[in-house]
Amino acid sequence: MEKQALKTEAGTLILRPARGWMALNLLDLWKYRELLYFLTWRDIKVRYKQAALGVAWAILQPIMTMIIFSVILGYLLGVPTDNDIPYPVFSFVALLPWQLFASALQRTGVSLVGNANLLTKVYFPRLVIPVSAVGAGLVDFLISFVVLIGLMLFYKIELTWNVLWLPLLVLLALLTAVAVGLWLAALNVQYRDVQQMIPFIIQAWFYASPVVYSSTIIPSENWQLVYALNPMAGVIQGFRWALLGTQAPDASLAVSSIVVLLLLVSGLYFFKRMERTFADIV
Amino acid sequence: MSKVSVRVEQLGKCYRIGALTQRHDTLRDQLVDFSSRLVGRLRRRRTAGPDPANYVWALRDISFEVERGQVLGVIGRNGAGKSTLLKILSRITDPTEGSVTIRGRVGSLLEVGTGFHPELTGRENIFLNGAILGMKRTEIARKFDEIVDFSEVEKFIDTPVKRYSSGMYLRLAFAVAAHLEPEILVVDEVLAVGDAEFQKKCLGKMGDVAQQGRTVLFVSHNMSAVLRLTQEAIVLEKGQLVMRALSPEAVDFYLSSGHARMGERFWTEEEVPSQAAPFRPIAVRLLDKKGNVVDTVRSTEPITLEWEYRLSAPITGLRVGFYLNTARAEAVLTSFDTDEAGMFEQYTNRAPGHYASRCTIPADILNQGRYSIGVNASTYHVKRYFQDEQAIEFNVDASGAPGMQWHEPHPGVIRPRLEWSIDQI
Repeated sequence: MEKQALKTEAGTLILRPARGWMALNLLDLWKYRELLYFLTWRDIKVRYKQAALGVAWAILQPIMTMIIFSVILGYLLGVPTDNDIPYPVFSFVALLPWQLFASALQRTGVSLVGNANLLTKVYFPRLVIPVSAVGAGLVDFLISFVVLIGLMLFYKIELTWNVLWLPLLVLLALLTAVAVGLWLAALNVQYRDVQQMIPFIIQAWFYASPVVYSSTIIPSENWQLVYALNPMAGVIQGFRWALLGTQAPDASLAVSSIVVLLLLVSGLYFFKRMERTFADIV
Repeated sequence: MSKVSVRVEQLGKCYRIGALTQRHDTLRDQLVDFSSRLVGRLRRRRTAGPDPANYVWALRDISFEVERGQVLGVIGRNGAGKSTLLKILSRITDPTEGSVTIRGRVGSLLEVGTGFHPELTGRENIFLNGAILGMKRTEIARKFDEIVDFSEVEKFIDTPVKRYSSGMYLRLAFAVAAHLEPEILVVDEVLAVGDAEFQKKCLGKMGDVAQQGRTVLFVSHNMSAVLRLTQEAIVLEKGQLVMRALSPEAVDFYLSSGHARMGERFWTEEEVPSQAAPFRPIAVRLLDKKGNVVDTVRSTEPITLEWEYRLSAPITGLRVGFYLNTARAEAVLTSFDTDEAGMFEQYTNRAPGHYASRCTIPADILNQGRYSIGVNASTYHVKRYFQDEQAIEFNVDASGAPGMQWHEPHPGVIRPRLEWSIDQI
């Protein structure tokens, strides 16, 4: 109803105090897709400027992490993997979606406060900012994916047609980051406590996801489904299945998708409700 | 279609003072606040309404219309609500009450260079900034050469803007903004950038915009720019619209009324350090020729500076005076009440009592701009009783000063009316 009242005649816009729940207006986001593109492009472009090693960091970070995990967890502690897959590949396959998710969540969470100068000076759908923050990590992901292919060749693991599922799994990881990120970003505008909490949230989430261990350590089928309430558990199991041929995550993935959908819709509404005061309190 | 392009009806915007002062309210504050409200509710069985003392109306009951193709000036002191009005019109913040009806695309220039990234090159920033201001990529690409040309930074277009001088940076930023082509343009003070030459170019560009039949809302402290660019203006005061009139009349009204608070400084007992005794400053104020306290004065009229103080014991050799500085802290002049030998002899010994030292700065001395006045009461080489480097600030408006028919800045701190003669030899 509110929507009809706002657009009376072509090109006419009525500004008035917003009350109650507004329409989500996702179409606005589409209208501003070029801004979305430019902000993402800015983040990618600026990322490795004036870093001597430049884009090499995108590869170095996951490789170093993988080496540390392999030595300590794989070799010294002897953490078991599925189907006796070598630990380096086993952990690296999980690290890729994990780092994509973790960096997206980190950036999204602080995105509004980080772009406060834009919020207080120009109008555009505020949703553009957290959404654009998600994209920048994709380049890193693609670069380290090449390393993964190399690693798989080294260990003589063959690719199957299942890799075609990867884009969907990547999308699910990104949607999870957006969904949670929307809540955190909007809350962070008012409570800077959130900014302090984000690294901790990410760390806790890391241990709750099967990055360094196999999800088969969860005992029963039913507990598996509870475990899948963490969407990243579904995503990572999906990655291992698509690339390494471990057990398919059918039921977990369904649960994960539903959780993401719920988080996303609620996050969008919460964001929309908070949006009108961003410029006043940021 | 109607001729009205912007209609503002009973517009109001209310801020919570808490939200303004403690900007980063934390979760803990909120929890404490919440629990105390909960306790209060249990105790009284109902919550008290919002405490009016915690809210401030930045704008209240504003109504006006702007017709298509009109250039409307918005003038008022700092804090009068001009920026809030522009923020509502450009959709950055929501109104608290009332409504605004807008016909056409709005472009706002509340600050040039919004979203510029220091690491990106000039070329990259043109595209980024253009997109932020709402231009399509094809539109930016089409105007790219024109923008670069206007900004005069061709040579450095592929250099990161962090290596630009501040002048180059501002020129590039304004160039992008100036090529925005909305039906309604909202502008806040952006003309105050760059050197004289560039300012002239910007004013020209603004004039073009108006001539193309687009609607412009123009906020400025620069009265001559308002007079030159707008036909009509509204005057805001403490969040209320106090006048709408033809620009000359509105500017006159603004310059001559109701801005007393800025042009006057009172000292409370606590603010005066104990070592000032027996000298006790009371107030310093700036008066126009009618004796009204003002914070904006005309260059073409004399102004009087009055310093009121009390002596609780006699002081020998006291001198009471002021420093006049520009807003950029360049010294303009220093003067004391006993500078003249005759005055010094007469007031060698100043008895206890209530005094006012006054001095008049003649007309046609100061150029337009912002100035500050510092005060000093001391005895030469013996003791400084009281000093306040920034007691009051004021603006000088040069309307009517020599050379104002040429729409360009007259560099210099002073702008005296000099005698010229032209002889054919």
